[in-house]
Amino acid sequence: MKKIILGTLLALAPLSADIIVIQNATVMTEGPQGIFKGSVVVKDGKIAEIGEKVMVPAGAIIIEAGGQYLIPGIIDCHSHIAGSGGINEGSVSVSAMVNIRDIINPDDIAIYRALAGGVTTANILHGSANSIGGQTLPLKMRWGKSAQELIFAGATPGIKFALGENPKRSGNPQGGRGAATAPVARYPATRMGVEDVIREAFNDAKGYKADWDAYDAKVAKGEHPIPPRVDLKLQALREVLENKRYVHVHCYRADEILMMIRAAEDNGFKVRTFQHVLEGYKVAKEIAAHGAGASTFSDWWAYKIEAIDAIPFNAALMTKKGVLVSLNSDDAELMRHLNTEAGKAMKYGGMNETEALAMVTINPAKQLGIDKTVGSIEVGKDADLVLYDGFPMSDFAKVQKVWIDGTQYFDRDKEIAAQATKEAEKKKLLDKEKAAQKQQPTRRPNQ
Amino acid sequence: MKLLGLLMLGAVAAFAAGDAVLIQNADIYPMNGAPLKGGSLLIQDGKIIDIGAKIVAPKGATVLDGKGLRVYPGWIDSATQLGLEEIESIRETIDTGEIGDFMPQLKALSSVNPDSEHFGVVRVNGITTAITLPEGSGGRGGGGAQLISGQAALMHTDGWTWEEMEINRSAAMVLNFPSAGGRGGRGGGGGMPADMQDMFPNAANAAGNAQRAVLDQIAKLNAFFDDARKYKTAKAANLPDFRRDLKFEAMLPVLEGKMPLAVTASRAAAIHDAIAWSEKQNVKIVILQPRDIAKAGPELKAKNIPIILGRVLALPENEDAEYDQGYTQPFEAYKAGVKFALGTFTNEFVRDLPYQAATAVAYGLPHDEALKALTINPAQIWGAGDLIGSLEKGKLADLMIVDGDPMDVRTQIRHLFIKGKEITLSNKQVRLYERYMSRQ
Repeated sequence: MKKIILGTLLALAPLSADIIVIQNATVMTEGPQGIFKGSVVVKDGKIAEIGEKVMVPAGAIIIEAGGQYLIPGIIDCHSHIAGSGGINEGSVSVSAMVNIRDIINPDDIAIYRALAGGVTTANILHGSANSIGGQTLPLKMRWGKSAQELIFAGATPGIKFALGENPKRSGNPQGGRGAATAPVARYPATRMGVEDVIREAFNDAKGYKADWDAYDAKVAKGEHPIPPRVDLKLQALREVLENKRYVHVHCYRADEILMMIRAAEDNGFKVRTFQHVLEGYKVAKEIAAHGAGASTFSDWWAYKIEAIDAIPFNAALMTKKGVLVSLNSDDAELMRHLNTEAGKAMKYGGMNETEALAMVTINPAKQLGIDKTVGSIEVGKDADLVLYDGFPMSDFAKVQKVWIDGTQYFDRDKEIAAQATKEAEKKKLLDKEKAAQKQQPTRRPNQ
Repeated sequence: MKLLGLLMLGAVAAFAAGDAVLIQNADIYPMNGAPLKGGSLLIQDGKIIDIGAKIVAPKGATVLDGKGLRVYPGWIDSATQLGLEEIESIRETIDTGEIGDFMPQLKALSSVNPDSEHFGVVRVNGITTAITLPEGSGGRGGGGAQLISGQAALMHTDGWTWEEMEINRSAAMVLNFPSAGGRGGRGGGGGMPADMQDMFPNAANAAGNAQRAVLDQIAKLNAFFDDARKYKTAKAANLPDFRRDLKFEAMLPVLEGKMPLAVTASRAAAIHDAIAWSEKQNVKIVILQPRDIAKAGPELKAKNIPIILGRVLALPENEDAEYDQGYTQPFEAYKAGVKFALGTFTNEFVRDLPYQAATAVAYGLPHDEALKALTINPAQIWGAGDLIGSLEKGKLADLMIVDGDPMDVRTQIRHLFIKGKEITLSNKQVRLYERYMSRQ
């Protein structure tokens, strides 16, 4: 019932147009053109031209943006929205076979709220109950479209790993102290066990890969061997070993980050991103040498013991030490103001405007391997754009308009103008439902 | 690097209380009137001695050149668990929620750990004063849902001991007003809106049961207040068999109207019930974390009841609420003419207090009103309007010297004073930053 009302009220039809010119804005491109005052031309969903002066094509929709700021659509490298029915498959330590793709809920209101906060793309991950969790993928926040249409086409899929407190607690609330006495203990219960689970899984995956490689080689020679048995769990890890699936690792402490780097190197794969990575600043050198990205929080800390050494300078320090850094939300509320989370990188550690904004635009795009199409305002890239009414990394600014693929999905003026109509429509539906209820006397069970 | 330099300067230049400090050529934003451009402010013995266009430096005074800088009073966070909670997930570090329905004798202040790392973390963002609250609704210290959880303390964020930090150990008595449904903080969900309940008979029955439970709770609350009044009468009568009772003793300032009740009430109906109850009981109240300001505003204004708004950066209460519901609450309160201050209600968010206020400005609240919600308004609401909350002669020297708009994330604090003592702008996190920056 509630869902139906919402659907009617909130599905403001996105507006698409062939050609849009956003003019007189301060454009923070996060690309080679830096920051300039001028225009952006959008055609067929792509950025067609940018510059201080552009040719305005005939029939173009003109957006006058004097005094406003235009930035690339914000990319959240770590989110759990739009997943229906839970995101933790906690019954096993390795759940590499489950996939976010199967549980996308395009009606999650968090999508619209994220959009209203300037987010155009989000990497949707499983929870952190498993040492090796499920398969992940980035979505575009195309509110009103189907689950299939939210999927970021062509993006390399990922898999979530988790280290530390969460995976060891999920199987055994007693932690490392009472493993033998827990009624239903699930290995692992310590950081030692987390490392072993990951190493064992890749030991199996390498064997699995070898079987398939041998099979493929025979097929290539024209033989007709019996294929190995398909294992959906090991298949995902085989893709990791073949560089076809990114590894995103939930982690906190320096020791476990270093452990993961060595475990990955020993098994011949790379960690694509360390997620949360609150003590990443302690092993920034090792993260940079491994070539992993880091996706962290700006200033969350002290919510658990492994977050006790978190520092708000983490993002800036890792950047200075050569790590590719993004700032993520992990939370449907924080997701709505990642722009000001980036602003905190200016306060804590002295990043400049471009470096700070990169942490929620081009850097997460690179980490997710989607920087060829999104993450900056450059000719030929997707027209994923956000217009703010002030300096976009200050809390004094608010999102005015958001486009994805050149289609406008959020407009604050229209949102406000529609409020009265929405209220009236809601009341009408409620009244109708109440009237229907009155005609049907309440049935009570027999005493 | 620049920041590090500043920090070291701060460390070297830390003054002891008692020494005179003269701030010159700074733009002074006092909160009780227009800004004074290029003015001076003199601090001595922990207090603001003088403010004016030009003040001659007393002999031996340290002079701070404030050219291009601005001076504001320190921020006040009106709802925290500072000093009572260190790590959210570890029970042993949490002393917020006690056992027992009626615990007015408990004082937050004497459980405040002055060495909590949180103080250093929030101080460097300008939070010089905070209310720290015993938390009664399903407290994480181990207790269950309470009615009266104890006394909230108004305290500075610096001091060797909790006694030195104290401004008022009995700033308010925390009451969790009974209500059906409703909630305060972050997260989605919330119960079924009242206007939908009658569509669902089972839910309506459940609501009916919940309503009876609420009435039972209110009856218990009234009985406790009646008993407290009888105690007051008995004490005044000075009868030979009178026995001192610590619970009722703690209630006397509440009954006498000297201590307000800090009452949690979220939804409009609960706010209305709480106000009606307080009138019957003839007690002063401050409402904590109200939502539904558009509905509750006129009554709050008419009854002159101040409110402490929760985090501005909070998700809307219901799935079909406006996306900016949290952002616009302070503006709603302002439009309704209600006196309000801001609280963050979770230690993690205290240092973001000025940024929460800035978000309220983006969504309509006048800039000056946002500043007041973090300074003079809470000082007055918590009964310390003569001590803190503005830059005035005779008030405590709780102030910050900043290089821009203090609610803008790009602004850096250059100097910070609490009770006239310059506070080193360092903390555990800065030390870790310095240490690991130097790792080769």
